[in-house]
Amino acid sequence: MLHIEDLHVKVGDKEVLHDINLNIGEGETHVLLGPNGSGKTTLLMTIMGFTNYSITEGKILFKGEDVTTMKAHERAKRGIGMLFQRPPTISGLKLGKMLTAISKSKEENIPELARLVHMDKFLERDINKGFSGGEIKRSEVLQLMIQNPDFVMLDEPESGVDLENISLIGTAIGSLLEKEKHLIKRKKSGLVITHTGYILDYLDADKGHVMCEGEIKCHGNPREILKDIKQRGYKECLECRHP
Amino acid sequence: MKVPELSKADQDRIAQAGIDLAMGNRCGSYLQMDQDIVQAECSQQGIEVLSFKKAMEKYDGMKEYTWKAVSPDKDDITRYVAAQKEPKGYVIIAHKGSNNILPIQACLYLGREQIQHVHNIIVAEEGAELHIISGCTSGAHVGKGGAHYGISEFFVKKDAKISFTMIHNWSENIEVYPRSASIVDDNGVFLSNYVCMQPVKKIQMYPTATLRGINTVARFSSVVISTPGSYMDLGSRAILEGKGASAELITRAITKGGTIISRGHINGKTAGTRGHLECKGLILNDGIIYAIPEIEGSVVGTELSHEAAVGKLARDEIEYLMSRGLDEDEATATIIRGFLDVKIAGLPEALQRQIDASIDVAEKAGF
Repeated sequence: MLHIEDLHVKVGDKEVLHDINLNIGEGETHVLLGPNGSGKTTLLMTIMGFTNYSITEGKILFKGEDVTTMKAHERAKRGIGMLFQRPPTISGLKLGKMLTAISKSKEENIPELARLVHMDKFLERDINKGFSGGEIKRSEVLQLMIQNPDFVMLDEPESGVDLENISLIGTAIGSLLEKEKHLIKRKKSGLVITHTGYILDYLDADKGHVMCEGEIKCHGNPREILKDIKQRGYKECLECRHP
Repeated sequence: MKVPELSKADQDRIAQAGIDLAMGNRCGSYLQMDQDIVQAECSQQGIEVLSFKKAMEKYDGMKEYTWKAVSPDKDDITRYVAAQKEPKGYVIIAHKGSNNILPIQACLYLGREQIQHVHNIIVAEEGAELHIISGCTSGAHVGKGGAHYGISEFFVKKDAKISFTMIHNWSENIEVYPRSASIVDDNGVFLSNYVCMQPVKKIQMYPTATLRGINTVARFSSVVISTPGSYMDLGSRAILEGKGASAELITRAITKGGTIISRGHINGKTAGTRGHLECKGLILNDGIIYAIPEIEGSVVGTELSHEAAVGKLARDEIEYLMSRGLDEDEATATIIRGFLDVKIAGLPEALQRQIDASIDVAEKAGF
């Protein structure tokens, strides 16, 4: 589904990602772990195609197609979607209007979908204006439900969310990733950034990667890596030079 | 007088100014083409739509109202209109307790090269509720240009309400000088909405609401786009005299290369009054947005505030929408549409839809 090769990314004059290689197969969900500032969000924003993040070397292939130089909307149309940790507030633009714009000709029942994630009362509100942490995430999930991407990137879906909402959001994300389907029939893939790991209760991630200082340092079983990090922190990852 | 034959282009321009020549969803209509009054009628019981001349005859010179809100000596424009031997324009009176659910439309159409002048008087008597949509437009082929001088005097009596929605659809060779003022009595509400999405050579106006009664309300909203060559000097003023009076002045201004002077003034003269002034501007192409918000308080117990911001479209907002599959133009238009989306409390749905429709036209044309 997603293949990243020797990727180097600059923000401004500074290189923040170095030689990233990553492969995410169809139906797989991977977890990206790492300390704050290690480059996790940068990687997601780069895959999405945000122009602040310039690729200086390497390439990104999506479903076999080179999307390295494509604009964000072209990537979105090909099936890449993202749940943002801190999406912008857009004054005046109502959530409902945005959802209609996203759905385009698709015949989605927006109020019904909104009800599923308890956002039906927010359709006439400016996007993200005065939303709580949980409301922002539910709004993001709702947008993704309408967008229905084949590859979903989730940037800390549980941050700022209370336990009750984690269950709601986790279940909705699980559904986006077709977790209810048998492994063989599952087509959707995901890449999740998490600090707490709570979201993994709903996602059954297949692989984990640890990012430190702009590099992917190691790969492995996501729950084992997370357990390790919880016990020892990232210190050993930073010291480890042999993935 | 019969409505003259109009070309399809001119009919479209009138429709874009919010005027429905077929009178669908309208309870009354006044239509003035250049200086000819071609329609003045209203089917709603208790509400009269009259030509200025007829109203003067019927109500003995309308002495209580004529030149009582706007001074005839205010400036050259008022002097010009006051000096006319045959004043044109309309008088709308909503008699005591009347109410129009469907709005009255007033269309001022400039078809030839000249000065069109009008003197309008709008009265909502005690307990009445009056909704008006005023569409001002010029013919698609007004040669070298023209000018529109419009005096409008509003009187909102005790417990009454007037909403006045004005949509301008002029062209790049027309100059427009409205001179408007309203006087609002106890518990009265005055709503003024202004939309101008199309080119105009010059427009200068500074409507004033004097809230002399207790618990009065004035809300002004202006939504404007200035194209290259357009010079728009716009403002609104609220004078808070009655205890409990409140005012809200909101402007959304976009320049695509033209000039917008966005003025605003709230004067809190009495304790227990409140006012807020807000101007947000977007510069899409190099042009000028000059916001001049003024708040003036002279007693303890008046609460006034203002906020003004001028900027550009935020890149992160555009790309956020692009990440949902909208191309750059769609994302930009969606954000601008939201920026211009000002909902006016107390405005009937039909008028809000009309405002939305005229912004939609600008959106479809690509802002």
